[in-house]
Amino acid sequence: MAKRTPLYARHLALGAKLVDFGGWDMPLNYGSQLMEHHQVRTAAGLFDVSHMTLVDFPDPIATRALLRTLLANDVARLHPGKALYTCLLNEAGGVIDDLIVYDRDAAGYRLVLNAATRDKDLAWIAPIAERFGAAWRERDDLAMLAVQGPEALAKLAAILDPATLAKVNASRRFHAVEADNLFIARTGYTGEDGVEIMPPAELAPMLWDQLLAAGVTPCGLGARDTLRLEAGMNLYGSDMDETTTPLVSGLGWTVAWQPSDREFIGRAALERQRTAGIPQMLVGLVLEERGVLRSHQTVYDGDREIGLTTSGAFSPTLNRGIALARVAADASDRCQVEVRGKRLAALTVKPPFVSHPR
Amino acid sequence: MSSIILPELRYAETHEWALAQDDGLVTVGITDHAQQLLGDLVFVELPEIGRVVSAAEGCAVVESVKAASDVNCPLNGIIVEVNELLADNPELINQDPYGEGWIFKLKATSTLDELLDAAAYEAIAIADDEDEDEDEDSGSLTHPRLV
Repeated sequence: MAKRTPLYARHLALGAKLVDFGGWDMPLNYGSQLMEHHQVRTAAGLFDVSHMTLVDFPDPIATRALLRTLLANDVARLHPGKALYTCLLNEAGGVIDDLIVYDRDAAGYRLVLNAATRDKDLAWIAPIAERFGAAWRERDDLAMLAVQGPEALAKLAAILDPATLAKVNASRRFHAVEADNLFIARTGYTGEDGVEIMPPAELAPMLWDQLLAAGVTPCGLGARDTLRLEAGMNLYGSDMDETTTPLVSGLGWTVAWQPSDREFIGRAALERQRTAGIPQMLVGLVLEERGVLRSHQTVYDGDREIGLTTSGAFSPTLNRGIALARVAADASDRCQVEVRGKRLAALTVKPPFVSHPR
Repeated sequence: MSSIILPELRYAETHEWALAQDDGLVTVGITDHAQQLLGDLVFVELPEIGRVVSAAEGCAVVESVKAASDVNCPLNGIIVEVNELLADNPELINQDPYGEGWIFKLKATSTLDELLDAAAYEAIAIADDEDEDEDEDSGSLTHPRLV
């Protein structure tokens, strides 16, 4: 039977369209995915993301050494309260998962990994953690709520005391505040300002109700997908996986090459690829004609086949088809995408497709 | 999920409706049940006027936030008119599937009698909903490209 988050009864009560996602019964939408998408871009939306895998490493010293080997980005760049986006690589440089790691000072580190990859992630991490003597525990006692949108921070007044709210307001993006039994991170998967809150599971329904009462719109995984795509954020399993390196996935910026003597797993393979020449790149495509782009569509430059879309959707903000595509490194800025046997003209762009001044 | 099924229309198993007009033409759209299954529509590919189509042949495409889906022509005939408003307003199909959201008009060369009446279509729509409930348990409704 599928797993259910502490908010499952809330989703049912709201009439959510439920789908299986990575073994979890999750809301796809609560009626209109487009409306939910626009609410996040213009006001504030609430997502149940309790299916995500949360893992705490309580020992800061042993874990720091572990993570400097395990992760392609370098936790030495962190300071207490700061978060880092990174890939978890295999020896071939393929991406096992992407994750966010939070530096919790004396309390150690917290990793937030994908839901669908939980089992293989933990199976990969466990023996290496043991070698480093770094204890860890999965925090399935915590829920996770994302409040996202230009009005997200203002809406937090419904659930936070004034002192905690002031701390969150003062925190910068990619930083976390811990207060009031809550872990509140200024992170998200929408390209908007907002927070991801990790409360004890038993508190989640009350927080959910209070945020809805404050006028935050419940949003499902459908809107989450179009929002992240507009923001140019990769989706694990679509835009990168174990057969692709960060260098061909638009994630070269997350690889910390310096210091050069940090031997993280996958480094040698990435260096070989860099030396040999990176064959492909992940780009954004904007359809110039009417239509919708989807994943696994073939991309052409004239007669030459140059790649495949990895994610695609209709962008509700731009009113156009958009996609991420892995194409030949020498591709030009114009291409054609094959949709139902027709080649539609598209522009190659550097994501994000939609960005907001902050 | 309850949907509207109008008694005066005829239906195809593949969720299109057809209405014989006074001028002899047949108007075609997709059912309320179909638009609910698809979710928010974002693009409609309309057929060319003058195209000769056979019954059950795909002649238009509706794309929702989730997926693309063929619209089959319920009868044999020639396309004589398409709903140009859908190019900029595909959501008309969500808002008014039997009215403003019509898709094309056909000069039919086969008869509506071959299509389902409202009662027969309702049975299909109900069975469909039940299948969907079972699908949810087995997880087969998973959108493959979802977050």
